[in-house]
Order: sequence, then C-alpha cells, then structure tokens
Amino acid sequence: MNTQIRRLFFVLVVLFVSVIGMVTWWLWKAPDLEARRGNPNLIVKQLTIERGTIYAADGRTVLARNRAEKRKNLGHIFLRVYPQHELAAHPVGYSTIERSRTGLESSLNDYLTGSNANLGTLLDNALDKLKGATQKGNDVVTTLSARGQEVAMQQLSGKCGAAVALDPRTGRVLVLASTPTYDPNLVEGHFNQILKTRATCGNASPLLDRATQGLFVPGSTFKVITAAAALDTGKYTPSSRFDDPGYCIEYGKRVSNFADQSGPEVFGNVDFTEALEHSINAVFCNIGKALGAKTVLEYAERFGFYSEPPIELPSDEVAISGLYKRGRPYIPKDFNEVDPGRLAFGQERMLATPLQMALVAAGVANGGVVMEPTLVDRIVAPDGGLVQRSHAKEWKKAIEPKTAAELTAMMRAVVEGGTGTAAQISGVPVAGKTGTAETGVTGRNHTWFIAFAPADDPTVAVAVALSGQSGTGGTTAAPIAKAIMEALLQRNP
Amino acid sequence: MTLRNRELANLILVGLLTAAGFAAVFIARRDEVSTGSLSYAAFFLALFVAAHVVVRMTLPHADAYLLPVAGVLTAVGLTMIYRIDPDLALRQGLWVVIGVAAFAALLLFLRDYRSLDNVKYVCGVVAIGLLALPAIPGLGRTINGASLWVGVGPVVFQPGEFAKVLLVIFLAGYLRDNREMLSMGAARFGLPSLKHFGPLLVIWGGAMLVLFQTNDLGGGLLYFSVFLAMLWVATARWAYVAVGGALFALGAYALYHVTPHVQDRVSIWLDCSWSVSKACPVYDEGYQLAQSIYAISGGGLFGQGLGEGVLISPEGHTYIPFLSTDFIFAAIAQEIGLAGAAALVLVYVVVLYRGFRIALLADDGFSKLLAVGLTSALAIQAFIITAGVTGLIPLTGITLPFVSYGGSSVVANFLIVGLLLQISNHVNRERA
Repeated sequence: MNTQIRRLFFVLVVLFVSVIGMVTWWLWKAPDLEARRGNPNLIVKQLTIERGTIYAADGRTVLARNRAEKRKNLGHIFLRVYPQHELAAHPVGYSTIERSRTGLESSLNDYLTGSNANLGTLLDNALDKLKGATQKGNDVVTTLSARGQEVAMQQLSGKCGAAVALDPRTGRVLVLASTPTYDPNLVEGHFNQILKTRATCGNASPLLDRATQGLFVPGSTFKVITAAAALDTGKYTPSSRFDDPGYCIEYGKRVSNFADQSGPEVFGNVDFTEALEHSINAVFCNIGKALGAKTVLEYAERFGFYSEPPIELPSDEVAISGLYKRGRPYIPKDFNEVDPGRLAFGQERMLATPLQMALVAAGVANGGVVMEPTLVDRIVAPDGGLVQRSHAKEWKKAIEPKTAAELTAMMRAVVEGGTGTAAQISGVPVAGKTGTAETGVTGRNHTWFIAFAPADDPTVAVAVALSGQSGTGGTTAAPIAKAIMEALLQRNP
Repeated sequence: MTLRNRELANLILVGLLTAAGFAAVFIARRDEVSTGSLSYAAFFLALFVAAHVVVRMTLPHADAYLLPVAGVLTAVGLTMIYRIDPDLALRQGLWVVIGVAAFAALLLFLRDYRSLDNVKYVCGVVAIGLLALPAIPGLGRTINGASLWVGVGPVVFQPGEFAKVLLVIFLAGYLRDNREMLSMGAARFGLPSLKHFGPLLVIWGGAMLVLFQTNDLGGGLLYFSVFLAMLWVATARWAYVAVGGALFALGAYALYHVTPHVQDRVSIWLDCSWSVSKACPVYDEGYQLAQSIYAISGGGLFGQGLGEGVLISPEGHTYIPFLSTDFIFAAIAQEIGLAGAAALVLVYVVVLYRGFRIALLADDGFSKLLAVGLTSALAIQAFIITAGVTGLIPLTGITLPFVSYGGSSVVANFLIVGLLLQISNHVNRERA
C-alpha cells in the first residue's frame, strides 16, 4: 500500500500547488481587476485618505472638500462634499463609494489622493502609514472662474445646452457649463433623484457633460472654418465679391439661404465680409465647392477636429468633433462622398462639441494658434509646496496670423451689423459668429454663438450651444455668450 | 529532545505567533477592540498546552508536529475571525475549548483505537443516519441553499462533519477486511463479487443519495474523493479510480441536469475563473466569487496587513458573504497576501506529510487505511474550498479545516487529529 500512499501524497501536493498557482494568477491579473466596477479594494482604501480640496481659480471658492466620518471597522473615512452644488458639477465630477468617480475627481485622483508616484511622496506616505497618521492628498486649484461659471449656469438654466469660455492666450478654461445639471452631493445615496431630472429637450441626461461630450450640429459657426480655409489658402480675400441668388445649386438641386416668413433671403452682390456678416449659405456653399471637401476638412483638423482636446478630463468624458458616421467620427477615404457645399456651412453630418467650437474661436483670437485647453492652474502639496503648475502650450497651428486678423475683422462685422448684434458689449469690440442648425422640426434647432473679446486684444473666447430651440443663434445663444464675456471681462481687465 | 518536549517547543512557537497576530489586529483596529483581546493569545496557548499535557499522559510516542500544526491553523483562523467579527471569534474560541475537550476525552477514554474496527458497521450506519438528519423536517436548517445543519434549540450543528470521521473508520475497517478480494477481482470479468463489494456500495450509495438530497455538493465531492483515495490505496487498482471517476462524472452530469443550483455553480465558475468576465458578478453567487477574487488579487504579495484589508464596507457589512466560513481563505489572501496564503497551504501540506508518514510507518492495514483516510479528508477538504474560492474549481461551500468559523467542523477536526496521534503513538511504540 505504501507505493499508493506516496503517489497519493504527490497528487495532493500537486493540487495544493495549483491553488497557490491560482492565487498567483489573480495577483498577476490585479491591475486589470482593480478598476472593475464593484471591486471595493481601491475605492475603500482611498476613503481613508484625506483627499485634496478642489478650488476655483480664485483659490478661495471651494468646489470639493472632505467631510470626516467615523465608521465602525474603518476608523475615520473621508466623504466628499460639494459646497457649490451644481455650480461646476461636470468639470469637477464626483468621488463616491457607490458610483466611483468622474470629472477631475477621477482624472486627478492620483494627485488628490497623494498617490502620484515620485520618491518624495512615496516616502512621506510610507512614514505616515508607520506613524498611523492620515495620508493627505494634494489640493487642486482649477482655472474655472466662479463668477463666470455662476453667470453661465444662470443663463443656461431651464435650457439644454452648454457654454465654454477660454483664455485664448493660454488655453485656460474659464467656464465649462452644461445643463441640465445635477447636484454631486446627491450621487451618493440619492442617485434616483438625479435620474428623475426632467428637461424641455427630451432626454435630460443630467450627468452628460454637454460642454465636452455633447455633439451639436455646428451650423453656420462652421463658416468660420470655411472662411479660414478660403482666406488662408489665398483663394479669397475679405473683399472678394459674390453674387447671391438666394440659393446655390448642389447636385442639380437648389439649396436655399436661411428663410424667414417672407421666404429665403436674397442678398444680391456682396463681398466676403458681408457674406459672413449675414451668414449667407449660398455664398459659402459655392466657396465650399470651389475649395473642395478635402481642404475644408483639413482646416477643421487644423483647429482640432478629429483630435481629442487634451483637457485634463477623463478620456471618456471628452468627445471628438468631426464628420460622424454610425456614431463614430470618420474621415472619408473618397472626398466625393462628402457634399462640400453643405459641409461649408456646417451641415452634412458634421458634429462638434461646444469645447471644440470655443477652441476655434480661441484659435482665431490668438493669431491662428490654438492653445491646449487646461482646467488646472496648479496642484499644491499639503505643506503648501507647489507640485505642478500648468503652462500655456500650443496645441494646433491653425492659420497664418494674417488670416486670423482678416477673419477677426469679418467676425467683428457679424456683431457690429450682422446676425450677432445681440452680443454687443458697450465699449468692448466683440468678434463672433452665429449658428442655427435646423433639424427640420420646429423648436428643435441647435443654436450657437461663438465669440471672443476684446476683438483687438482678446482675453476671452466663448462658445454657447443650445438644443431644442425655436429661435436663431443670434437671438438665443448670443445674449448668453455676451453675459458670460461681460462677467469674465470684469474679472480679467 | 523527546517527542513531547519538541511538541511543547513547537506549541510555544505557535503561541508567540498567535500573540503577534492578535497584536497586529489590535494595533490596526484599536478603536473597536479592547485591550482584553491581547490576553486571548495567552488563553489560546494555555488551551493547547492543556491538550499537550493530555497527549504527554496518554500518547508519549505520538507525532510531535500534528498538534502544533493544528494549533497554527486554529490560530490563523481565530485571528482572522477576530479581525472580521470579535464576537464571532469569542464563540469560535468556545468551540476550540469544546474541541480540545473532545480531543482530551478521546485520548483518555479510547485506550485502543483499533477497537473501532469492531464497530465499523455501526460507524457506517450511524454516519448515514447523521447525514440524513438535516433532511428530517423540523430538525434541519437550510443555510445558503444547502440543508446541512441540524438545530436543537439554540444549538445548530453540522452532523456531516462527524459523519466524515465515522465513514473513514468504516471504510478503513471494511477495506482492510476485503482488500485482497477486491484487489484480485474474482469471478468473471475481473470484477469483485457482490458479496465483497455489496456492503460498500450500499453504505456508499446511501451516503451519496443523502448528500444530493441535502444539496451539499462540497460534502459529496469530499466523501467521494476520500472514498476513491482509500479504495485505490487499499487495492492499487486504477480501474476502481477510473470507474469511480466515471461514476462521479455521470452523477455530476445527471445532477447538473436536474438541479438548477448545480447549473448556476458551473456557469458562474465558467464566467468567473481566469478572467472574471463581465457576466460573472451578475448572479448573487457570482458576486460572491467575484468579490472573493477581488480580495485575493488586491492582497498582493504580502497583503494589506492584518486588520487593514478591505473586507468590511463603510456600511458595516462584509463585501464577501460568508467571509468567516466559506471564504476565509480570501480574507487571508487579502490581509497577508500571496506569501501568507501560500504559507497556509503549505501548512496543510505539512499535515498531509505527517499524516501519510504515520500511514507509511504503520504495519497493519487498518491503521494505514485509517491514517490515509483521515489525513486525506483534511487535505481534500482544504483543497476543495481553497480551490473553490480562487476559482480553480466550481465553488462548493465547505469549511477550511481548523480555520473557518464553525463549531462542528472544529470539534470533528480535533477528533481527527486525536485519532491520528493515537495511530502514531501505536506505530512509534511498535517501532521503538
């Protein structure tokens, strides 16, 4: 029997070793499993860390802070409080036990928990652990203007839309507002209340950040890109002359200008500036046909279309702008598939986020250079030391400075005497462009306004997009853009 | 050094280890636990020293490692249960006292374990009776889909744990008597005659039937494996293992088709093991396994530290249900890591080694088979549950010997160690 006993011993030892092997396998898979929904390891571990505070640009307005709570079995844990409620819900996001994290709370988690790996912090953390002290995270000062954010949220309330304001010189994001919004304090425990949010535009989706994820038909605001292409390629100048019969012929069919009660507008003989000022579709349609879809799309790319804007938000919260096909952005292999005339005035399955259109305005404002958008001003260690400060970085070189200057003059005309007069600010020159994308259903228009000011030395670039509107961009979005710019200009003299 | 002094030295080592474990939990969780808990280690050591004294009195030649190894396992279990729920640890401590008392009683009153050979059929019948107890209406209690418990007033116990010991005794006696006939294979087709195989089949079939009746898959797998192991050791015939394995596969297949419970377990296992697919945590039981795997993978090489792992939510419930019973191995892996979990598994290998060594040295068939059966029962049980919670095999609820919370299990396992020590004492005395 002894032979069998020895063999049996061997078999059972192999079984035990395979259990150890299985445990090792799970260790190997740990990085993959750690981020799984429902895996409490990381989340709970980090609850015992005193997360850093998130501030608005003024360094005083607290957007997110901690509330310490004593829990049986865990000792002190830190739960998040958002004292400003809805004010900056989307960019700041939330950090909860039940629903994980979003926004900066997610993307800057390593900094906020102090687990950003460098030797100094690692050593500090190890010492803290030994001493039994609470581990502290770094504070984050955002670039968000509390005042600008407040005005934007006020202006947008009751509507479905978003507003983005940037400093065109640095890419600092001053306003990132989206409605319908939610109170991040309700995410933990009262999530149903958020889900019950109702809106005028159909699906309320309060958690959706329309400023960075919302895809709107850019409509006539896209004409800024077409105009940039027309001027930058040297094929047209601001004084190039056009004849507007009120329509343009596309594939043998008429595409009419924007129509009011009296039928499609007809402008007759106009120059390029007047064409932009009055947003004449027929003229842009013909420019588009002359330039070709390839060139127009190339300039869109130069302004940042087809790239994910490098803002410090989680990648899945930032959408890419461009032509869309089956829910994905695509660049046509054969440009003949794209109707260049309709593309030139921002139709033809073109979709853009408010952030992207703000970057377009900022690019023109900044002499043709689009800066990297940034939400973070600086990150400060618990002892007050500076961990990181963001510096202005160029993102895209879109157009020549000369083109930018010409385009600025044309966009000023829009506000001074064209479709965007509602955005006029007394004493401050404003350059802008309206957009009204008709969806064919009354009351379902996407309306836009993109602008920057002061036009001669821009410090603010803004994009406002609304859905479910029955008016035009000039009457619905321009006043909101104006209010936001006014608020920001007072702050940034 | 004499065997007994070596045993005492080992026990003192275990006592120190226990003190370190309790101190670690105490430091990590001083907000919730009292300083009184630090005396637990002393109490624990005193208990095992008492057991040692009984061994010294009755079994001077017994193996010097089995009792300390049982001590290590008990200590790991108590520390872990204490960390999960201090009140539960107190109750487990009480069960350890009862287990040691049962151990002492066995050593003091059963002067010669070989007399068990005379009552093997009684053992077999009583075992089946015990297994059938939970199926009696009014007496049985169903917990987590399996009706394994018997409740009399406030006391709930698991008769299957004791049936396990009795069945091994029956098999050891029976196989010793019939091993020649069984291994030669009589009559036609080389099959043993019904006369020799019949009683075995009857007892065995009864046990399996009862197990399926009570939905205790872990128990079924355990008893069947131990049965096959003992049969193979006794007869050295692969054919039995093959036929047995085929029978088990057939039974499992049939069971798979009639019991939704089994189907769930298998599909959960397929969804969860190797990669924890998205489908895995959807079912309640898949959620258990997914949480178990998260805990194991989150433990890392050396664990989160005793008392510092992520086991209990801020709301106060454990992330893994049945944490201190079925899933205690996951809690151990979370808090003392791969190193700790592997060390724990190696402790079972030591149990296996010491137990099989006793069997190898024994000169009579009954002792050999009894030692092999009891040791295999401990080892296979440890394998089934550790492999289950790691996703290596479909999960079936069963205790991790000496470590999991569970009174019946602790007491039965102490009886197994007592019997092994008695066999060892006999073997070593003969050899000396």
